[in-house]
Amino acid sequence: MNGYSGKILHIDLNKHKTWVETKPEKWYQTYIGGVSMASRLAWENIEPGCDSLAPGNVTCLAGGLFAGTPVPVGGKYGMASKSPLTGFIGDSLSGSWLAVSFKRAGWDGIVVHGASDEWVRIFIDDDKVSFHDASHLLGLTSTETEEAIRDEYGDDQVRTACIGPAGENLVRVANVSNDGRKAGRTGQGAVWGSKKLKALSIRGTGGISVADPETLLKLSYDILQAAQGPHTQKYRILGTTANMLNMNRLGLLPTRNYQAGVFEDAELVSGEYLHEHYKAKTIACAQCPIACEQVGQVKEGSFAPAMGHIEYESLYALSSNCGVGDMEASIKAIANCNELGLDTMSTGVTISWAMECYQKGVFTEEDFKCEKYPEGFEAEFGNGEAMVTLTEMIAHREGYMGDLLAEGTKRASAKVDEERDTETYKWAMNIKGLETPGYDARSLKTFAVGLAAGVRGGCHNRSAAYDPDIKGWVDRFSVDETRGELAKSTEEYAAVYDTLPLCKFIRRCFTGKADREGAWPAIAKLINATTGWEFEYDDVDLIGERAHTIKKAFNIREGWTREDDHLPWRWQHEPMEGGPSAGYVVTDEELEYLKDIYYKAKGWTKEGLIPEEKLIELGMEDVAEEIGV
Amino acid sequence: MPTSTSKYQYVACDPTKCIGCQICEYVCSYTKNDEFNTYRSRIRTVRAHKILMTAVACRTCENAPCVIACPRDALTQDPVTGIIHIDANRCDGCAWCIEACDFGALSINPETKLAEICDLCEDLEEGPQCVKWCPKEALELSTPDQRAQRARHKLVTEEAVRAK
Repeated sequence: MNGYSGKILHIDLNKHKTWVETKPEKWYQTYIGGVSMASRLAWENIEPGCDSLAPGNVTCLAGGLFAGTPVPVGGKYGMASKSPLTGFIGDSLSGSWLAVSFKRAGWDGIVVHGASDEWVRIFIDDDKVSFHDASHLLGLTSTETEEAIRDEYGDDQVRTACIGPAGENLVRVANVSNDGRKAGRTGQGAVWGSKKLKALSIRGTGGISVADPETLLKLSYDILQAAQGPHTQKYRILGTTANMLNMNRLGLLPTRNYQAGVFEDAELVSGEYLHEHYKAKTIACAQCPIACEQVGQVKEGSFAPAMGHIEYESLYALSSNCGVGDMEASIKAIANCNELGLDTMSTGVTISWAMECYQKGVFTEEDFKCEKYPEGFEAEFGNGEAMVTLTEMIAHREGYMGDLLAEGTKRASAKVDEERDTETYKWAMNIKGLETPGYDARSLKTFAVGLAAGVRGGCHNRSAAYDPDIKGWVDRFSVDETRGELAKSTEEYAAVYDTLPLCKFIRRCFTGKADREGAWPAIAKLINATTGWEFEYDDVDLIGERAHTIKKAFNIREGWTREDDHLPWRWQHEPMEGGPSAGYVVTDEELEYLKDIYYKAKGWTKEGLIPEEKLIELGMEDVAEEIGV
Repeated sequence: MPTSTSKYQYVACDPTKCIGCQICEYVCSYTKNDEFNTYRSRIRTVRAHKILMTAVACRTCENAPCVIACPRDALTQDPVTGIIHIDANRCDGCAWCIEACDFGALSINPETKLAEICDLCEDLEEGPQCVKWCPKEALELSTPDQRAQRARHKLVTEEAVRAK
């Protein structure tokens, strides 16, 4: 088999032993890699119904089909487990060298089972696996951990994924970090923490052989050249932070915990402002010719010398969303999250929930006592120092507030409402427990159903249904019968990229057109040159539907029902204040109608379950046996 | 401290342009060894810090220390191009050349256990493949003199603009 080794590495932390599983070619043709293969491995290896922080949960890594080859933006891997935030599938995607290393070490996937008694780190040196005491690494930040391990081996090509203090403390919004990139969302870091797994390092010294290297090189070279042109200009210059002002103009920029969609100080936290005053460098992930990552640094003042990787989704969450119009506070808060091992989005949205609780008198200064501020502090919107301090408190579960917010908005609001007889759930901005992304969906009616039905919760990466709304292909303020099909087709489009995986920012560089007709034939050629298969347009298209289906199947087995496809209370009951999107909500009637037409488009039942014949049609017979109806 | 006083061309990397993508390594290893394997690349990217990165290949030093260090006279330097040639029949993989190089530009091939070094793809009409593929034009084949000359021109142009 070209492009794959055919081998999955299983690691048992209970007994510190390993075994190898071989998979047939058909399995690879069905699940490919990335989030699809990782989710399939989670489906096969998890104890259904287990507590997400118990040893029965597994953490699964799946490599990239193109990792370790010159195919641009192919250096990514997928990670999956049962999410400590949602209780459903937690799947995450991260770029960079770890993906390349583990492919070159000869593994298509890695499954870590059980939990260690003592803190441990794993080293995979090609085909040898060893377990090492990790007690001396405890408390180290993600960068410090990576460097400590690299120094120990004296080899730059030993690549490490690790958790920071947040993961060690079982913070539910903790991430896994590698090479400065993150498997960011759904709380993967807490799962690692529950296994007492501080780090997993890989050295792969083997070469990658592909079916037709000359063709692959030629295709790659053309994509690489196109990636220097207008199709990626936005990403190369401002990166994703360009969205701050774009979303603000549309009245969609989450402001003060989604109370508004226009932020008066947006200019001060814009990508343009970052670029002019704070940009240190733009860098790339492994094998990426675009380079979109904006590294921002605070040069003087109380937040110096903080350096953070600034993406739009991190920036909205930790600026406008907290009412903070101070770029230096945002860079510091993002840098804290990067280093302490927190998902910037969930952390920012959880902090903004606390700020709204403070604004509404649910919390007082005293609730925010910590070592730095023994009397507590005023956690009002706009207070950059409060935002920064809260990131540190969350990572260390420090004080009442740190421990509370470490649970994410869903659990924190439930706890507070129970204790204080309040209704803070009304501004707990999450879907299935995962905090919402940087687009207010009250006036994005297609995206609203994409988010509500999102298998991993509120996520802009898995549902790309904001595209038709924002680009004006449909009227974003109203609902019509086309939206179910649109939500389906955009989420499955995204799933193709997340499964190969290829970074979506390359999508216009194949032919100039990002749609299926523009991209799928080119992607089929890349797949065929790598594997020797004979994939055509329809085969590529099915990659996305299968990826989405295995994740949905996982959720159904964990007890998912139609009611779980919901929106935050605020988006359904409080009309947007001010700006171009003022006055809109997603009504119950609209949401239920949208779910109906979306399930229908997916070929599911009215209850949102998957018919047996649909699963068999997708080549997922064993899944049909378990959850098909 | 670097000791290169090369008068020859070599593949130089502008660290302000390098994004650390490693595409040069993939292309080099394929060109030289028919496989995609960064361990077998003759140009190596280095990330010293989040934002400090560059790529390093042979700098074709004059009186090259690697040539002098070789106890078996396996290394010779072409007097015209400055390219270091390694005689596989003489090299026994002792790695003294690696120790002698200030730039970490040599490596031992893990399969043959013999030393390898960038030869500027001298057998290819297109020249160094890493330069051809570098997406940010961070890599170029030039001499230190050429780069110094360009720096002077740039300085003069900037000063002239400022004086306007």
